[in-house]
Amino acid sequence: MNAPAETLLLNASRFRAAHEVNWKRLDGIVTRIERRGIGALTEDDLLMLPLLYRSALSSLSVARETSLDRALVTYLEALCTRAYFQIYGVPTSFWTQLKEFFARGWPQAVQGLWRETLASFVLTLIAAIAGFLTVIHDPALFYSIMPDSMAQGRDPSASAQALRDTLYNSGRQQDGLAVFATALFTHNAQIAIFSFALGFAFAIPTVLLIAYNGLMLGAFLAVFTAKGLGLQAAGWLTIHGTTEIFAIILSGAAGFRIGTAIAFPGRPGRTDFAFTVGRQASVAMAGTVVMLIVAGLLEGIGRQTIQVDWERYAIGLAVLTGWLTYFYLPRNRHVAVS
Amino acid sequence: MWPFRKRGEPKPPRTLRRSFVTPEGVDLRLELGGAGARAAAFMLDAFIMLVILILVTIAISYLIESGEAQILEILWLIGFFVLRNGWFVLFEISGRGATPGKMALGLRVVARDGAPLTGGAVIARNAMREIEIFLPLSFLLYQTSQNAADAFLVIFALLWTGIFLFFPLMNRDRLRIGDLVGGTWVVQTVRSKLGADIGADVSRSAEDVVRPRRTFTDAALDLYGVYELQTLEEVLRVGRPEAIATVAAAVRNKAGLADDGDDLGFLTDYYRALCVRLERGMMLGRRRDNKFAPAVGRRA
Repeated sequence: MNAPAETLLLNASRFRAAHEVNWKRLDGIVTRIERRGIGALTEDDLLMLPLLYRSALSSLSVARETSLDRALVTYLEALCTRAYFQIYGVPTSFWTQLKEFFARGWPQAVQGLWRETLASFVLTLIAAIAGFLTVIHDPALFYSIMPDSMAQGRDPSASAQALRDTLYNSGRQQDGLAVFATALFTHNAQIAIFSFALGFAFAIPTVLLIAYNGLMLGAFLAVFTAKGLGLQAAGWLTIHGTTEIFAIILSGAAGFRIGTAIAFPGRPGRTDFAFTVGRQASVAMAGTVVMLIVAGLLEGIGRQTIQVDWERYAIGLAVLTGWLTYFYLPRNRHVAVS
Repeated sequence: MWPFRKRGEPKPPRTLRRSFVTPEGVDLRLELGGAGARAAAFMLDAFIMLVILILVTIAISYLIESGEAQILEILWLIGFFVLRNGWFVLFEISGRGATPGKMALGLRVVARDGAPLTGGAVIARNAMREIEIFLPLSFLLYQTSQNAADAFLVIFALLWTGIFLFFPLMNRDRLRIGDLVGGTWVVQTVRSKLGADIGADVSRSAEDVVRPRRTFTDAALDLYGVYELQTLEEVLRVGRPEAIATVAAAVRNKAGLADDGDDLGFLTDYYRALCVRLERGMMLGRRRDNKFAPAVGRRA
């Protein structure tokens, strides 16, 4: 660079001497963004970034055609790639994405899954009825449906009084309940993620998961119904269950979507279709985690403080109505995404 | 890979270079992250996560002694959930597009179509990790803890993970299942330094008087093409004395020149002279790719 121009024999050297300052500046700016984010730039640098990027791209094109210095071409390629991803490939800020998710992304993703949601709901319903009838007719089968850790003594051998105690706050297990609700949330959220991911295997494991969930639900209600506590148990379940079961149904729907997209991609071709569907379904799946947090709160707080059946029903159904309105109420799709 | 490629679509090339044209119309020729680097990045992330988990667990079990057990237990449960599901998602969704492991290896997750990486894509690609790694692993651990892991189960779990683990090796784009569903791929973004310009005479401008530049005959310069020139460039950049001596001897031998005892100076001068000649040829539209192509000076 400092050498007088006449000592630069090569085109490549003259070219490099003329542009190196700009490349170095772009390199510095991009490195700063990579390390500390776009906020670390001065206004001047920010304005220069696209100009420097374009000039580096043009340098790359020129260097490829005229320069035999391979190190130079490699350097420019790496520099332009890094700058490209800082300019075009960077997602909008986390908070903007979060806002967009709640405002449009999530309800739209759920709306897009309405067929699968319906299928998932029907599957849960059928499995629940089957589980209910099975246990009503042969209580012994309860033990092969429900794992002990979930039943926690709420099985056909328990007395009506013991079962009633589990439904209404008797102060017995007050302490552990918050921890239990959290454990249940993380467990359910993990299941929701699984049922999405397992959809990849043509949705077969997801179908099994959803059916099993319905089966447990039916078996659980059957135990209480046999002791004449059916409506009370349903109320106990409704307050958080409408949210929780809806979330599980939706995560199953997301899994079904992936599975059917992989099995029957149709015209767009498997790879292209898999990811358009995958991105949308994963948004719905992320939403179910939010729903499960709400369910966990309802369970941990609401069920302890509200002991009256009709209030439990009212809250559960109100929350369900809230979800349905939020997801399915028609809204303007054409609002420009800024 | 077969089930995932459209019929009639050309196969991607065997190398890891992928053509990628920017909106400005320049092909960036992206270099995909190799399977080894990807695996190393994952190992690094898994290791960091494990260390964090162990440290937090120790800290919390220590604090539990002092009461407030319930809140700490809840914190641990939520922390574990966030660590397991959020580590990859939160890091990749941030501007860097890479977890600490990927950053260390110069990798970056980008959307295959070059658009900004969306949250949906990142979540989809990382949710698949559940069935790739965590499911068989936790399954295996659970069975082992129950002393119920028979040979069949172990083999099944290993086979299951094996399919997903080696999936990136079964396609040329090195896609995981998660990349497939998320529409992403992992590229290399190395921060490289611009090396010194060996074609420029910067260091020698003062002593030019003392030692004039060597000159070469056309015949000596017609020996090689671009490929050999760039190999010579690499030899000069790496600067290993044995390599320089060997190459200098080979060039002298072929050009029929006498040994003047200064291998590095000889090769540098030869490089410059050859570069000038080949560049000149290129300007006239006669690029000589390697030594087997017809010489620049002659008509083909």
